[in-house]
Amino acid sequence: MQSKRTVFPHKGLPYLLLAPQLAITIVFFLWPAGQALKSSFEREDPFGFRTTFIWFDNYTRLFGQPDYLLALGRSAVFAVSVTLLAMSVSLLLAVAVNRLLRAGKVYTTLLVWPYAVAPVVAGILWWFMFNSTIGILPYLLGQAGIAWNHRINGDQAMLLVVLAATWKQISYCFLFFVAGLQSVPRSLLEAAAIDGSGPWKRFWTITFPLISPTTFFLLIVNVNYAMFDTFGLIDATTSGGPAGATNILVYKVYADGVLGLNIGSSSAQSVMLMLIVIVLTVIQFRWIERRVEY
Amino acid sequence: MVHTKIAAGLLAGVALALSSSAVLAQTEVTWWHAMGAELGERLEAIAADFNASQTEFKVTPVFKGSYPETLTAAIAAFRAGEQPAIVQVFEVGTGTMMAAKGAVYPVHQLMADNNEPFDPSSFLAPVVGYYTDTAGNILSMPFNSSTPIMYYNKTAFEKAGLDPNVAPKTWAEVEAFSKKIKDSGAAACGFTSGWITWVQTENLSALHDVPYGTLENGFGGLATEFQFNGPVQVKHWENLKRWADEGIFQYGGPVGGNDAPTKFYAQECAIYMNSSASRAGVIGNAKDFEVGFAPLPFYDDVIAEPKNSIIGGATLWVLNGQSPEVYKGVAKFFTYLSTSEVQAAWHQATGYLPITNATYELGKEQGYYAANPGSDIAINQITRGTPSVNSKGVRFGNLSQVRDAIDSEFEAMLAGQKSAQQALDAAVAAGNQILRDFEAANQ
Repeated sequence: MQSKRTVFPHKGLPYLLLAPQLAITIVFFLWPAGQALKSSFEREDPFGFRTTFIWFDNYTRLFGQPDYLLALGRSAVFAVSVTLLAMSVSLLLAVAVNRLLRAGKVYTTLLVWPYAVAPVVAGILWWFMFNSTIGILPYLLGQAGIAWNHRINGDQAMLLVVLAATWKQISYCFLFFVAGLQSVPRSLLEAAAIDGSGPWKRFWTITFPLISPTTFFLLIVNVNYAMFDTFGLIDATTSGGPAGATNILVYKVYADGVLGLNIGSSSAQSVMLMLIVIVLTVIQFRWIERRVEY
Repeated sequence: MVHTKIAAGLLAGVALALSSSAVLAQTEVTWWHAMGAELGERLEAIAADFNASQTEFKVTPVFKGSYPETLTAAIAAFRAGEQPAIVQVFEVGTGTMMAAKGAVYPVHQLMADNNEPFDPSSFLAPVVGYYTDTAGNILSMPFNSSTPIMYYNKTAFEKAGLDPNVAPKTWAEVEAFSKKIKDSGAAACGFTSGWITWVQTENLSALHDVPYGTLENGFGGLATEFQFNGPVQVKHWENLKRWADEGIFQYGGPVGGNDAPTKFYAQECAIYMNSSASRAGVIGNAKDFEVGFAPLPFYDDVIAEPKNSIIGGATLWVLNGQSPEVYKGVAKFFTYLSTSEVQAAWHQATGYLPITNATYELGKEQGYYAANPGSDIAINQITRGTPSVNSKGVRFGNLSQVRDAIDSEFEAMLAGQKSAQQALDAAVAAGNQILRDFEAANQ
């Protein structure tokens, strides 16, 4: 690939133009991340009077806890379920809306609503619906012979937080898929239709590959969402219970650091979480992005 | 026209400057608290009344969310040098605050430094006992103290053929009554409970005079270890599991047990154990049934005369780093706060304990307890008998984390993954690890 190089005469100008973004990145990302890294090697009382440098103690302790390894596994289950479910449901909805001629705008507006709901509020909504005493769904499930009690049954609790987190994310994925679908040239689809391929085949051989940049982008966003952005929702629905069944990594960071005031361990956990997400993103860019056609 | 407008503007500006200088002459005392809804309105009324009673100081209450959120916010603010003068910290945070010597201005010292009257003996013994250090000094100002009691649905009792005026006294009776209630269809479940940790573990241990931890339940120092996996606690947890399986007990969720009150209000469970401060909520929500109040049940084969229950709720801590003027205002406000009139109004509106003896006497004089049956259950229960080392209270660092571990093990037991003994042993082991961390961080 050859492209014409543009040379700017001023050396300082590009940096000046980048400065606002760099400042934001440094102040809101690099600096706090550095602080977390620093305190992950320390043991400190909550008020910060006594700080001891303890090398990797926080990390070795973390990996010595069976709890932490369990939380790691649960996070994987949670992130994969939320990502798959959110993306497949929203793609289905987007395809359905895309075929509508008239009411498409109305559906789009309605489907985007949940995105405006704050995570904690979303959590409370689902907590209400699934509340074993006053919720409507346990009542209906009870009629069908299924005893619902996510306060005791860990699998049900996981199902609940996956559903709540997915519901919250569907709007976002849906919007991107709708935009992606609209950019698929109609001429291609029409040509394929004339050649005799059915809607199913047209979707998988033309539409799906053409929206792969959108799908790839959403994959990364969703994994990050599930790993980082769901602690408010979990706090409101299950508080990580029962018996830690929904205690995923990001909730554990919050519970140990903010509620438990154990800053050293919480920092070590957030550093680990950061590493995991960095590794995942690198893997996605290296191996999956190759299959994406822009 | 234009000129008059400018003149009016100038006048308004001067007036504003004058009024703001009048405000500036007042010393502002910031008070971070965790009281939402009705409790928050009551608290703000106390501050407003104090502000109206004098001109020198202005107390500004700021709602900072739940108890843990308030504590976390205060600690973060302290580290940033932006701390409030007063912060309300729940009883679970007492160990953490007491260990933070450099951050706290002990109340007994504050009152002495500012020549305000402060007599520890005027407070109820269990309240003072919970919040004094080993030298017998009160470090924080008692404010809202509660203790768990039992609420029951008199209407459901009647439907089940039970005498609505007789509450179960022992756990055997709780079981028998619950079975009758469930079998008769008066309610789907016998009983539920808020705070498995505080009510069904910490208070259970105090009532039956069994230790919760070594070194006088942690009052004796940071080297304390948990002991709540003894036979009494194991037997009780075993029962709770069995009762849960039989459907006569329903679990209300971890920490405070958010689902427990709804189970009682919706008449799904006929008996409900929770803080005495739930009284206002219970009365407000019990629309279609009559509520009875009773002390917590006990095992009569373990102890004939149960000990006093222990307190929960919160106290007001004064943080270092303010000017002497501000501390003078804090001391004046605390004096105002401990007057019987202010305390009685607070206690009677909220269900929190009357924390001074005079408040209780005033309530009696006013005829409050006679007019509101059941409103003195909590105070009688917490002051009965002579407190032992096991019923004085508990004091452990990072107790809220320990409670999370206990909740988690309780849930594992309910799900059938562990026996009561295994669950309590695991909770003790996890708790001891947390205590050692706290000890190491505070040495």
